[in-house]
Amino acid sequence: MDTAQPSRARLGLRAVMITAVAILAIFPLLNQLPADNVFHVSDFLVSVSGKWICYAILALSLDLAWGYAGILSLGHGAFFALGGYAMGMHLMRLIGPRGSYGHPVLPDFMVFLGYQELPWYWLGFNHFSFAMLMVVAIPGLLALVLGWLCFRSRITGVYLSIITQAMTYALMLAFFRNDMGLGGNNGFTDFKELLGMPLNTGAARISLFYASLIALVASYLFCLWITGTKYGRVLTAIRDAESRVRFLGYNTTSHKLFAFVASAMMAGIAGALYVPQVGIINPGEFSPGNSIEAVIWVAVGGRGTLVGAVIGAFSVNGLKTWLTSAAPDLWLFVLGGLFVAVTLFLPKGLVGLLQGRAK
Amino acid sequence: MRGRRLYLDGVSVVFDGFRALNNLALVVEPGEMRAVIGPNGAGKTTMMDVITGKTRPTAGIVTFGDLDLTRMDEAAIANLGIGRKFQKPTVFDALTVFENLELALKAPRGPIACLRWVLAGGGRTRIEEVTTEIGLTDRAHDRAGILSHGQKQWLEIGMMLMQDPDLMLVDEPVAGMTDAETEHTAKLLARIAGKHSVVVVEHDLDFVRALGCKVTVLHEGTLLSEGSIDHVQNDPRVVEVYLGR
Ligand SMILES: Nc1ncnc2c1ncn2[C@@H]1O[C@H](COP(=O)(O)OP(=O)(O)OP(=O)(O)O)[C@@H](O)[C@H]1O
Ligand SMILES: [Mg+2]
Repeated sequence: MDTAQPSRARLGLRAVMITAVAILAIFPLLNQLPADNVFHVSDFLVSVSGKWICYAILALSLDLAWGYAGILSLGHGAFFALGGYAMGMHLMRLIGPRGSYGHPVLPDFMVFLGYQELPWYWLGFNHFSFAMLMVVAIPGLLALVLGWLCFRSRITGVYLSIITQAMTYALMLAFFRNDMGLGGNNGFTDFKELLGMPLNTGAARISLFYASLIALVASYLFCLWITGTKYGRVLTAIRDAESRVRFLGYNTTSHKLFAFVASAMMAGIAGALYVPQVGIINPGEFSPGNSIEAVIWVAVGGRGTLVGAVIGAFSVNGLKTWLTSAAPDLWLFVLGGLFVAVTLFLPKGLVGLLQGRAK
Repeated sequence: MRGRRLYLDGVSVVFDGFRALNNLALVVEPGEMRAVIGPNGAGKTTMMDVITGKTRPTAGIVTFGDLDLTRMDEAAIANLGIGRKFQKPTVFDALTVFENLELALKAPRGPIACLRWVLAGGGRTRIEEVTTEIGLTDRAHDRAGILSHGQKQWLEIGMMLMQDPDLMLVDEPVAGMTDAETEHTAKLLARIAGKHSVVVVEHDLDFVRALGCKVTVLHEGTLLSEGSIDHVQNDPRVVEVYLGR
């Protein structure tokens, strides 16, 4: 799809991306304007768009797996959530003795559940660099194991989608259990600080906003690079005719695995940036519905275009934020209707619509 | 002369009780060109599927040199130097003609190697040569998806050439081609043979005659006759099942 676009359309998409990033970049500045100025951006809009940026990174990661490599993951929310939990564990360790029980090391929920000492898998999470490593390593490892099992057995299409969906569901049930030592159904919250910065300040919000924006740009450039190489063309070839690629001598299992793992790591980074902004992570993040919503963002924006994923994440979430306050009961119907409408009438998504105009 | 000897013996393939190949034997020497003919459903494509790892034989020996092909997967077999042109052309529609050929070009196949891949002068020249050979120079930067059936057929042949395999399995190369194109293909294959082993499946007997090589006739999954085109055309068993219809 991408490779087939005339270069003018491709440049047009990049211009859209640059404009979107530039507008987002001045949001925190516009927030400083007096409230009666027409260009004033409310606190709410700044914080909500910080979340959407994380969703856009998740959408990009899904587009790499689905739009390019043809791996329709219905469990990408799990990688996002795992990255979020890794960040959450770091934030919990940083609370230190400031918890309600005042225990020097143990987080509140562990004191409450009668833990005597920190479980081994919590060790190291007090270090920022270790936690950041886990943010990518845990989702990456899960993707590696799951992908290896599926791809080498040549499980594709709908079966693969169902397996990924089952994975996120199973993780959700597991994380609900208190004896996992990960906060059970309450998850983690009441975070205090990150990198020495108190989280409840405007400065922290703005820093996290910019960190997410930088991560979005980096993820976009990373995907742009990958898809522009011969490797990216191998992925599209696998998406369209996997068995033919094998007869050319490519071991498609390793190619798909590489893309799936890279994609899961990106999703993990998105989750890690998301958690300190919303101030909470719980097993609900693993809910299958989240993963399906992410697929809808990509489909609405237009898969296999990268920019489409970003546009889709922003537009669908914008609509969701507006609708859930205007008519909360309608949201699920609108989401479902949107998916059906896009599949039927806009197979190339909003990006296809833009390109159609440009011609 | 390069490459290895292709050796099939006692090969059977059973699909749900139906014998698509039945105790088939075939030997192709390095550098040899061989034509394989036979009525529809004789098992010609299935034979290629067995050689390239697409279908596992129910019984029998399939070796290339001293390597057992029945234990290898498609990618490993392709990397041994066995290339294939499929009966139904399958090219990568979303990629351009040039990109299709580039993917087929002999080069390291791993993900990291592909990420770091830079098309050097030699590779580019080779792609341009093959593009000229298959007559698609004007279409080099068009998406393969918009090519005509005949052009996809040519692109498939081009992709096989790019792999520079020791053994080429060519399934019905001239189906849907004009007379001039058929002649061009015959010349192309004749030029390739000698350096590479080539197995050509074709229904067009004039084309097979033009190839001027040994002919194998398959029928109901077994070897019916083998020899020169004149020999097999005069073989009463062949006349009965195939030519006489
Ligand atoms: N995967 C399969 N499952 C079941 N039957 C198959 C399969 N592949 C091939 N066959 C059957 O095996 C027989 C041989 O098929 P094959 O395609 O090898 O014939 P062919 O000689 O190439 O014929 P054609 O000249 O029509 O291409 C046919 O009867 C076909 O229906
Ligand atoms: Mg056939």
